[in-house]
Amino acid sequence: MNQFQYVRPSKPKAAIDARAKDQNSQFIAGGTNLLDLMKRGVMNPERLIDISRLPLDKLERENNTFRIGSMALNATVADDKQVLEKLPLLAQALNAGASAQLRNMATIGGNMLQRTRCPYFYDTALPCNKREPGSGCGALEGYNRMHAIFGFSDKCIAVHPSDMSVALVALDATVLVSGPKGDRRIPFGELHRLPGDMPQKDTTLEPGELITAVEVPEGPFTKNVHYLKVRERASYAFALVSVAAALQLENNIIKDARLAMGGVAHKPWRLTEAEKSLVGKPATEATFQAAAAIAMQGAKAFKHNAYKLKLGPNAIVQALKNATNVA
Amino acid sequence: MNEQPLFKDGVVGDRMNRVDGRLKVTGAAQYSAEYQLPGLVHGFLVGSTIAKGRIKSIDTKAAERAPGVLAVITHVNSIKVPGFANRSQPDEPPTAGQPLRVFHDEKILFNDQPIAIVVADTLERARYAAGLVKTQYEADQHATNFNAHMDRAKVPAQAKKNPKSPQADHDRGQVDGYKTAPVKLEMEYVIPTEMHNPMELQSIIAHWEAPDKLTVYDKVQAVKGTQRAFAKDWGIPEQNVKVIATFVGGAFGNGLHNWPHETAAIIAAKTVNRPVKLVLTREQMFTMVGYRPYTWQRIGIGATPDGKLVGITHEATGQTSTYEDFTESTVQQTRMMYQSPNISTRYRILPLDISTPIWMRGPGEATGAFALESAMDELAHALNLDPMEFRLRNYTDTDPDNGKPWSTKYLKECYQMGAERIGWKNRQMQPGTNKQGDWLVGYGMGVGTFGANRGSAKAGARMLANGTVVLQSATTDIGPGTGTVMVQLAADALGMPPEKVRFELGNSLFPDAPSQGGSATVNTVGSAVVAACAALKEKLYQLAGSTFSAAKPADIVIKGTQLSLANNASAKVAYADLIKQNNGQEVAVVTESKPGNERQKYSMYSFSVHFVEVHVHQLTGEVRVKKMVACADAGTIVNHKTAGNQMLGGAVGGIGMALTEGAMIDDRFGRYVTKDLADYHVPVHADAPAIEVAFVDKPDLIVDPMGTKGIGEIAIIGAAPAIANAVFNATGKRIRELPITPDKLI
Repeated sequence: MNQFQYVRPSKPKAAIDARAKDQNSQFIAGGTNLLDLMKRGVMNPERLIDISRLPLDKLERENNTFRIGSMALNATVADDKQVLEKLPLLAQALNAGASAQLRNMATIGGNMLQRTRCPYFYDTALPCNKREPGSGCGALEGYNRMHAIFGFSDKCIAVHPSDMSVALVALDATVLVSGPKGDRRIPFGELHRLPGDMPQKDTTLEPGELITAVEVPEGPFTKNVHYLKVRERASYAFALVSVAAALQLENNIIKDARLAMGGVAHKPWRLTEAEKSLVGKPATEATFQAAAAIAMQGAKAFKHNAYKLKLGPNAIVQALKNATNVA
Repeated sequence: MNEQPLFKDGVVGDRMNRVDGRLKVTGAAQYSAEYQLPGLVHGFLVGSTIAKGRIKSIDTKAAERAPGVLAVITHVNSIKVPGFANRSQPDEPPTAGQPLRVFHDEKILFNDQPIAIVVADTLERARYAAGLVKTQYEADQHATNFNAHMDRAKVPAQAKKNPKSPQADHDRGQVDGYKTAPVKLEMEYVIPTEMHNPMELQSIIAHWEAPDKLTVYDKVQAVKGTQRAFAKDWGIPEQNVKVIATFVGGAFGNGLHNWPHETAAIIAAKTVNRPVKLVLTREQMFTMVGYRPYTWQRIGIGATPDGKLVGITHEATGQTSTYEDFTESTVQQTRMMYQSPNISTRYRILPLDISTPIWMRGPGEATGAFALESAMDELAHALNLDPMEFRLRNYTDTDPDNGKPWSTKYLKECYQMGAERIGWKNRQMQPGTNKQGDWLVGYGMGVGTFGANRGSAKAGARMLANGTVVLQSATTDIGPGTGTVMVQLAADALGMPPEKVRFELGNSLFPDAPSQGGSATVNTVGSAVVAACAALKEKLYQLAGSTFSAAKPADIVIKGTQLSLANNASAKVAYADLIKQNNGQEVAVVTESKPGNERQKYSMYSFSVHFVEVHVHQLTGEVRVKKMVACADAGTIVNHKTAGNQMLGGAVGGIGMALTEGAMIDDRFGRYVTKDLADYHVPVHADAPAIEVAFVDKPDLIVDPMGTKGIGEIAIIGAAPAIANAVFNATGKRIRELPITPDKLI
């Protein structure tokens, strides 16, 4: 771990200024990811700007929209009565992430900005284009059991690790950002990017931009939802594959559908074509299987993650079954 | 042989709370890294980033200039450890070869080998400066891929020397006799490298109290073995090395070897002439302090159509380092578990460019049981027999390996207790036919056995003026509750309440005891404690002279500071008077206790059976252990609470072995890529179901006077195959390479 300075501005504006002024600075909130990365020498910020006490932790609801402050804790949001009632998919996804101790520390903004868990990214003795552009992708020909089947490049095949993000992309959330050039709104699906030739860049955030909140519209998805996370132990493990499924049903006919996957790409992976295929169909296993097949179009596996080509569609079918109680 | 157990109507057998429980839960218990010494400074290790080759140059200038840094020690400037010149086999464990000589030369033998230690006034500064050390290597082609180098597997040195060793080639009856059986199967099984990760990290404080006097606070399972090893290293008398391990936060075998980081800290302390604390990071726990070796096994097994075994051939090859021969008894149980006219066993080790493995709970037997007990299940299925019935048809009342009678064997009782508790009758013979919603339900069982070993140990007993008896022995308590059960044994042996008895351990100045391993501590040290208590009474008896002369020493009753006789309360004496009689000294004894010749006459083993019910999701392949029953024939149970805890911990370890644990190495770099507890999965609470423990609790008075046989290893041996067998029963899929992760089942 390198030596660093620590500042704790009291206003968002001051935090943004401090960050914009210093390229080698980082925001820190819960620190559940950044501190690990610093201890392993993966990230070496010279200045930490503590934003955890900025007044950005409110959870508000107006005009059928939830506005969740970026400094709200994962645990607080997951346990919120209104969230449980109106956004149960988000609550399920949050509770599927990490462990109770981590959810008590981790913030909503920090959760969506988690770095990948790719082991090559974490070990400074191994090549990784995300950590050290140009050094090569260790996972491409290496241990790639946890890696992407969609949207990867020959520079990076890592996956985005957050569960919450999978639910937020499915729910059409919007990220609220303040930066040196003012405020802007980013549709959640555009926050994270695919690796392409610049895997070092996880998101579309500009230097100095601070996520202040995320807005989630209250949709019709209050009942037939399920977040399914397939992992190697019952808790505290990253997803092999996860699925956020939300349906609006009328007389067992699907009126509207949302579907997204985690653990399969460099960003939470929305399955728009599969969603379209569900609409207007009866909620049956056959319908779900057809959607799962569409969802997997274009998927490609590497040496150790071919199982995802089968586990992916299976998980989609199971998530939809769980969401609709189809036996 | 005594028919009656030594203890009746006492506290042995009680669910007594741990004597150190309060210290542990309040944080008052001091672990090796927690001692506050004046002038203490901190070390941080730098590891190599290649697996094999030489250090061409190592630039420490920036690190040396960093704030707070006192020293940066490498092979270039390290003081020479006198014992390195002719260092050969360490005292414990008895592996052939030469332990890594840290900072001795430029050679790299495994990835993340310690190549420098940075000493600074704070941990953070040491860690920061460690990142500034720049190393150039001359790399050689390394070999870390087990399968690619199988042809280099060799017979271990000790097997060559001793054809009777459990690692030597062995044949009973016809070689590969299973091949003559009407029904026969051949299978290969693989267990991956499993990493030691006790909650407490490996840690040491090294303190040279004088140029020839060393004290270490060290996470070890052998304070005396460590004392001998360091005395030899530094060419100083044994009594000049003090090893303290009063509390150990779990070890599981991790502390049965002295590792390079320990010597690194001792070198550093000598260099800066201050106490040096070194705590490994969690990542370093994966690379330099031992692990359960990756092991390939092949079983050939055959039986008659009515389920009588004809033969078993069991081959195993385990990985080791290039500089030490690590061996374990992977194939031993195949020789004695079942009645079979033909048995062949072969054991090999495969040296690779990795660090040395070490015993991990249940050690080789747990690895071997995965193959043997899976194979028994496979053959039962092929014979269309219930797997428990198949085992019963091949049950043996004498040890088929040597013809000796068992000292005791209550394995049938374990089968019965376990089958009842798990609901074995609900098991479907046809796999894949028991469904609950989206989940497939399966039942499985696995047997475990481990030698009921007893060694020699000494214990001291001293009666204080206030009537308290203090016992001491240089054993450790790595978590099983050793301190607690010794108090129970001593309390009953003395006829005193446990509150009046204290047991002290974890200090090399105490009377000699062996390492805490191989499930032998209660058998060995317990025997010494009981003997010391008897010797103390004998000495009190003699000092009392004519007062007690009509009775025997065992009849002495100690109440507070008064001594009297069990059958004659009027014969009494004040302890103060005996102290006067003893030249003003508190009465104290040191006794040694050794096994007799029972091993020549009997075969002595503990036995266990694990029964499990698993649910496997049809679409996602997730396995949930729903219920587990762990039954054990472990002789007298001294404390049902702590013994039960051991069984629970072993069962959870078995879940890890079966379902979640496996370290992955990237062979291109010869470097592990699963190096933290997020990537290397040990079971979490949510993975552990209701686990029921049942003990036969019948004494084995041949093994030792208390009738104990040992629990630590059998708590895990057989658990992993029980789960694998249950997964087969649920799904019809036989997974022969652990861990059984969802990808293997979909």
